[in-house]
Amino acid sequence: MGFEKFLFYCFAAITVVAAGMVVTRRNPVHAVLYLVLAFVSSAVLWLLIEAEFLGIVLVLVYVGAVMVLFLFVVMMLDVDLAALRAGFVRFLPIGGLVAAAMAVQIFLVVGPANFGLEAFPKPPAAPAEYSNTEALGLALYTEHLYPFEIAAVILLVAIVAAIRLTLRRRPDTKYIDPSAQVQVKKGPDRVRLVKMPAEGKVETP
Amino acid sequence: MTFDTVNLIPVLPEILILILASAVLLVDLYVKEAEKGTLHTLALIGVALALAATLLVGGGERQVVLEGHYVRDALSDALKAMILIVGLLVFVYSRDYLRDRGLATGEYYALALFALLGMMVMVSANSFLAIYLGLELLALCLYALVAFDRDSQRGAEAAMKYFVLGALGSGMLLYGISMIYGATGSLALDEVAAVVAEQGLENLVLVFGLAFLVVGIGFKFGAVPFHMWVPDIYEGAPTPVVLLLGSAPKIAALALAVRLLIDGLGGLQSDWQGMLVILSVLSMGLGNLLAIAQTNIKRMLAYSTISHVGFIFLGLLAGTADGFAAAMFYAIVYAMMAAGAFGILLILSRRGFDAEHLDDLKGLNDRDTWYAAVMALMMFSMAGVPPFVGFMAKLFVLKAVVDIGMTWLAIVAVFFSIIGAFYYLRIVWLIYFDKPTTDAPLTDSGGVRVAMSLNGLAVLGLGLFPATLLAICQAAFL
Repeated sequence: MGFEKFLFYCFAAITVVAAGMVVTRRNPVHAVLYLVLAFVSSAVLWLLIEAEFLGIVLVLVYVGAVMVLFLFVVMMLDVDLAALRAGFVRFLPIGGLVAAAMAVQIFLVVGPANFGLEAFPKPPAAPAEYSNTEALGLALYTEHLYPFEIAAVILLVAIVAAIRLTLRRRPDTKYIDPSAQVQVKKGPDRVRLVKMPAEGKVETP
Repeated sequence: MTFDTVNLIPVLPEILILILASAVLLVDLYVKEAEKGTLHTLALIGVALALAATLLVGGGERQVVLEGHYVRDALSDALKAMILIVGLLVFVYSRDYLRDRGLATGEYYALALFALLGMMVMVSANSFLAIYLGLELLALCLYALVAFDRDSQRGAEAAMKYFVLGALGSGMLLYGISMIYGATGSLALDEVAAVVAEQGLENLVLVFGLAFLVVGIGFKFGAVPFHMWVPDIYEGAPTPVVLLLGSAPKIAALALAVRLLIDGLGGLQSDWQGMLVILSVLSMGLGNLLAIAQTNIKRMLAYSTISHVGFIFLGLLAGTADGFAAAMFYAIVYAMMAAGAFGILLILSRRGFDAEHLDDLKGLNDRDTWYAAVMALMMFSMAGVPPFVGFMAKLFVLKAVVDIGMTWLAIVAVFFSIIGAFYYLRIVWLIYFDKPTTDAPLTDSGGVRVAMSLNGLAVLGLGLFPATLLAICQAAFL
């Protein structure tokens, strides 16, 4: 067993354990931190198959940006864990049974019989000056231009939908519009004279 | 690898809709609240232009452009044109409803147009990647539209359910796609088809992937047992959104099934036929039986959708060119009937009142004879009463099933559609033989009457002369 294979099994095991921890931890902050661990170790797996760019992007984008945002959200929201876990023990036997059955089935299909090393031999090593980033860019902007554009439209839709569903103009806010303030002129805008009838005589004891 | 702008000509309809949706977003910033009607006009003109472009670039040889991700053939031309026509109807019918409730904002039009774009992408997809992205584009727009009325608790709940179950369905589909990619090493449908023809049922991974694909398709169609989301979403979403998501997406879902099961995995037909038989029988049975018990008409139409999906599957599972054409005919016709039926509900709704219950249809004949006639026509057509088009659609589908020797299936289908006729005819009864509970005016400004008349006459006319539409459908599967 070569050193690479040893590394693969190490990090694959870490990924699986971390993923398991994500769904079983009681504290949501711990769960998010385990998710970070899962991402980092899968980034190492990317590196092992010489997809350096993807590996680094995974760390930069997912761990660096997305997960940090996620952590903020989890810390700010008050998640009621008791309610979430109410059915956990009750449904554990049946859930576990289904999961076990599916795991066996998936292993039979995805296992070594169909996806073994014979079916997918190691690709020839790339030359030293080979650039992952360049190859990815070429594929993305030529061969997959159409899916790339649709993905861009999907992101636009996500922005539009998110703004529509969350942005509200609240009538009761005390926000002051500076431009309206500046435009106030002398005279009727600034002072309003109110004519009132005089009060009747007030009896004083 | 050179880029040639000639390659973009077949994609013109999609490009037009994309430009239109972006233009609507920009124009929305500059029009005053009182002039939001401009957006409606803009959307109508744009969709009509895209329809013209579809017909203009359509016809002739099958073209595959954009590195094999995009295909333009007889199927895509016909389905795209129908999606855009139904889209036009949706915009016309829903204008008053949206305006009265302050929902006629730029975002509504932009999201609805992006949904149309998603459907067109699905229809014209020639790779798993394009199909999946088109599906997600459509689904994301619909999730947001279901929750569009922010003050409606039911809308938010429906959107949440739709989102979770829709994501589950997409996940299933994606898992199946990844299996098939693993087995064939390609995402392009024709390359997948070549590998499938070579290996067929021997490759366990392909069969495994196929099962997940069928589950995903079942989710998107809303076939039993993957139908749980349909009634709740139809009931909770604003009626214009139900009109949108209950009509045109059925055509897109048909395209999804055709592209995946026939173009991609046609070689595994013996395998998916059995799965579709189960889905079809369950959908026809459960849909028709549960629809009888409903008092909410949106919920009733939701169960009716489920039963119609069963009929569409009948055509697909026949596995013959005639069967596919019959399924396509059925999907197109169903989209038109659904648009008409939900359109009538929108006409019956007014400021502060949503027509949702069967009782709201009472005595429609005394309030407006013409709309009553159109609604009765839609119901007769959905029930499959001759000479309306719904009957022809059912007839073609059943004929395809009998032709492959599955007469028992045709008998089951006829049995359930007779049961189903009850709740459609009950509506006709309410319209004609009950006294109206209110005499509030109907809301039908801005060409609704014209559009509804065209819609009704199309259902009647296509029933009398189905040959043209049938010929178009058959040409798509030559």
